[in-house]
Amino acid sequence: MSRSRPPLILVIPAVAAALIAVAPIWYLLDRSLEQGWAEVVDELWRRRTLDLVARSLGLTAAVTLGSVMIGLIAAWLVVHSDLRGRRALQVAFTLPLAIPSYLAAFAWISWRPGLAGFTGAALVLTMVSYPYVMLPAIAALSRLDPAHEDVARSLGRSRMSVALRLTLPQIRTSIAAGALLVALYVLSDFGAVAAMRYEVFTWVIYGAYRAGFNPSRAAILATVLVLLALVLVAAEARVRGRATARVGSGSPRAHNPVPLGRATPLAYLFAAGVLGPALVFPLWRIVVWLTSYTSTDIDFGEVVSALGHTLLLAAAAAVATMLLAFQVGVLAARSSSPFARVLERTTYIGHGLPGIVVAISLVYVGVRVLRPIYLEPPLLVLGYVVLFLPLAVGAVRSSVEQSPARLEEVARSLGDRPRTVLRRVTAPLAAPGISAGAALVLLATMKELPVTLVLHPTGTETLATRLWRYTAVSDYANAGPYAIALVLFAAIPTALLSAPYRDRRTERTEVTAT
Amino acid sequence: MSGDLNDCLNDELNDGLNDYLNDCLNGNTVMLRVTGVHKAFGNQPVLHGVDLVVPAGSITTVLGPSGCGKTTLLRLIAGFEEPDEGTIEIAGQTMVGNGRSTPPERRRVGVVPQEGALFPHLDLAGNIGYGLDRAARKSGRVEEMLALVGLAGMGHRRAHELSGGQQQRAALARALAPGPALVLLDEPFSSLDAAMRAQVRDEVFDVLRLAGATAVLVTHDQQEALSVSDQVAVLLGGRVAQCGEPNQVYARPASLDVATFVGEVVVLPALATDGVAQCALGPVELTTGSPTNGTVDVVIRPEQFVVSSVGSTGAPDQTQVEGVVVGRSYFGHDGTVRIALPGGETLTCRLPAGRLPARGTRLTVHVATPVVAFPATR
Repeated sequence: MSRSRPPLILVIPAVAAALIAVAPIWYLLDRSLEQGWAEVVDELWRRRTLDLVARSLGLTAAVTLGSVMIGLIAAWLVVHSDLRGRRALQVAFTLPLAIPSYLAAFAWISWRPGLAGFTGAALVLTMVSYPYVMLPAIAALSRLDPAHEDVARSLGRSRMSVALRLTLPQIRTSIAAGALLVALYVLSDFGAVAAMRYEVFTWVIYGAYRAGFNPSRAAILATVLVLLALVLVAAEARVRGRATARVGSGSPRAHNPVPLGRATPLAYLFAAGVLGPALVFPLWRIVVWLTSYTSTDIDFGEVVSALGHTLLLAAAAAVATMLLAFQVGVLAARSSSPFARVLERTTYIGHGLPGIVVAISLVYVGVRVLRPIYLEPPLLVLGYVVLFLPLAVGAVRSSVEQSPARLEEVARSLGDRPRTVLRRVTAPLAAPGISAGAALVLLATMKELPVTLVLHPTGTETLATRLWRYTAVSDYANAGPYAIALVLFAAIPTALLSAPYRDRRTERTEVTAT
Repeated sequence: MSGDLNDCLNDELNDGLNDYLNDCLNGNTVMLRVTGVHKAFGNQPVLHGVDLVVPAGSITTVLGPSGCGKTTLLRLIAGFEEPDEGTIEIAGQTMVGNGRSTPPERRRVGVVPQEGALFPHLDLAGNIGYGLDRAARKSGRVEEMLALVGLAGMGHRRAHELSGGQQQRAALARALAPGPALVLLDEPFSSLDAAMRAQVRDEVFDVLRLAGATAVLVTHDQQEALSVSDQVAVLLGGRVAQCGEPNQVYARPASLDVATFVGEVVVLPALATDGVAQCALGPVELTTGSPTNGTVDVVIRPEQFVVSSVGSTGAPDQTQVEGVVVGRSYFGHDGTVRIALPGGETLTCRLPAGRLPARGTRLTVHVATPVVAFPATR
């Protein structure tokens, strides 16, 4: 499909999306160079900065390694083993996504303050981020053609040898993509490291920004962080490109589950060992907060109002993000022009921008050029859009790619203009991807902390900001209701995402697009 | 035909259209005219200089090996791709040429892609009604089209609830519903299994003829091309090597390439003198139009051989040659035997099924009818 000139209806919003994504970079460069290159070099070569880099990378490496191991085993158990209740287990393994990292961190801190530091941060971040490896691994494992395994077995290979020499290489790229995603997440996470008082980039940047007297130090550190993150983004995009090139269409028949036999108790032990700290413990802590300090009177009006603000903002962010993401996703999937490629890559930059960086750069942009909406909901929503556009674009893109371009051509030949085809064919067929993208944005927005903290309109508290304020001063009794509301509502889109893709309408109409 | 005329009148009236209407009334119309079309993808030339004329109301098959650019040609006609050079006219109007190009939605070309490509999010009625405006959808056109393709009462079904053949017919109904000037079918039967293919093919062609549609069908299946179309265009090496009625293309191929691509042949080197060629089979008579003198390749169809047992009389001695059966294939209605000649050549001869000789049988072979020859290439 070589449509050289993409329609304007797609191009204009896509360009807008790209510009929004680039705005923070402009700020960073401008601010960093405010006091000249010498200052930048000086700042970078400080002992503190180098320590910061070492700590950030160390934490990232530890969490990524742990997440890959947990995610891989969990995925294999859910897809290939004969473990009872593995469907329910799949949902349970995904649910930690609904727990914001700072909430999990405070759950631990409130129980054992001594965990603060590297151990606590690594533990908490691993427990909230292994699903980023598990979900792509599950997808890759269920796409594998069982015939390959049958052939290998019939050629005399043992089950173990098949797993190591056939299965693992085939899903390697998916795991790598998931691992890079985890690394990116750890590098950008603010809540958990702040709660655990572990001095990595995001927390130090926040501190420098809050302290206020040296904004260029914050910007220089943020630039380093963004550079590190962009390296990960580029690597992830490369790996993912290869991953999608390898997988074929759906597997022709179901896999025969591998009997675990005497290893079954071990599998359950593993599940308990993961779900305990990742899911049960934080929930138990929240319940403890809720019940053991009943003496304090909780203002439920405030809880309801914060919940309302959270839902409203999340909905606005989801709608705004999907409106832009649809255009970019369709362009990326359907147009091979270099222009479309650059546009998609540009929106992807947001993926490498940690929330704290987006937050402080939008303050800058807001004060200078967007004064009327500074500290107003629109600017906050704009921040969410920058952060979560890549998630949404990815979801739209992959679902548009799954429907053959030929369908759109047929619609053209039946008299539809490109714009009409978009509405009548492309959008309905991409509906699963659009809803998945919207669920992702909803979830991410509800949990988001740094951008919300910095940009929320005065007086408009959300669940996340309330939770942050109460837990930061160890007022867990008051944090309880906000925590439970946030987890419950975040669990809804999470459950949607963990459900295996089912689209009965399209599954049998396979059309070859040559 | 009156439906076509109405549709023509609905279109914007301009000079080209008037010419076309005049032609319609005079009964000699060209629905599609492709002239000098070139197309390359990157450095890879696909079509260079394709010319094709399709008369109104006829079914033309573009026949070619895989990768010869057949599908690209269809995509150029439909407007999904732009040619690098050349013009395409549909119903007397220039679609591509002089630097201008009409977008696919204004070409009035119906497309039936491989495997149908029904919209999975719509039911059958939604698919067929896709190209119609609201009024037309309400007017019963959808039901009419469903009945035409034998799917009456199935309008609420979804694509995955239909068999392969039904999907194919539904895709045809969808393409025909808006009354297109031209219908393009891209290997429409290749995804069907052999048992169904002939049946679906006949059904599709019946519908096309009933609708009075002009159709261009692309295939690599010679049988499909020869059996049901009015005109066959053989696309070889990015050019139309020959275009004509099926029997003409088969019996009077324009080149050795066409002869070997369309149907089975035995090619033997020969020396022609005054319209008679001397080859491994002895002297054979050449068709008019073949070179009369010089070194040639004679092209013999398997059914042109006459085989008889050794010793029986039937032909003059010098025009027959003795050989040994080295293999045979049985097809039910007939069969072929491979006969090795003393000089090392192997002939494939088509025989009635009941008379297939066993391996090792010695037979005499001769050619009774004139054969086609081309100047020798070696």
